[in-house]
Amino acid sequence: MSFKIVSTPIDPDALKRTLTAAAAGACVTFEGWVRDHNEGEAVQALEYEAHAAIAEREGEKILAEARARFAIDSARCEHRVGKLAIGDCAVWVGVSSAHRGAAFDACRYIIDETKQRVPIWKKEHYASGETGWVNCATKPAAR
Amino acid sequence: MSADGARAGITVTARYFAAFRERAGRDAESLVTESRTAAELYAELARRHGFADAMTRCKVAVNDELAAWDVRLEAGDEVLFFPPVAGG
Repeated sequence: MSFKIVSTPIDPDALKRTLTAAAAGACVTFEGWVRDHNEGEAVQALEYEAHAAIAEREGEKILAEARARFAIDSARCEHRVGKLAIGDCAVWVGVSSAHRGAAFDACRYIIDETKQRVPIWKKEHYASGETGWVNCATKPAAR
Repeated sequence: MSADGARAGITVTARYFAAFRERAGRDAESLVTESRTAAELYAELARRHGFADAMTRCKVAVNDELAAWDVRLEAGDEVLFFPPVAGG
């Protein structure tokens, strides 16, 4: 499987090696890292949750779409779940192709579609002690 | 009320994820509902639990397959409610 939800640290070097092919003249990779702020709030840690089975199925569809739309050799993606620290790699996308244009375009397509379509949720833990689910208007019930 | 009488309730299981799970205070519940589509059931459960996200920003899966909001529900269905996603 080329789109995986993982609960252990992502190893970008190992993933990149799986894209190697004699016909490939270009490799574009994207890493999403946990940063220490979002929308003006200091962030201390992130927690990702996914529906792994549906996420992987939808992710495979995105990779298939990228292969159909762009002249690429291979593509893969890993997204981590669980509690992550600042600087951790949360998501990795890699594409190889004969020429660079298709690899850049496909890599962008895969990460953009993944963010919009794949059932993965992100909870931010703020310096204030509060938490919040990114993109969600639903807040915890008052106790 | 339709000509063939009152709608009978069907029993379904609702499963909640992320912000919905925290808001509802549970990850699943079995319920008897007169809702006949996933959209109707979301409206019902949003009222009950205080889900504030517009349906169009959320997703639904029925029996572990992503589905359209107008999908008809059958007795015994497991309906998964996904709040707005935020991968990456």
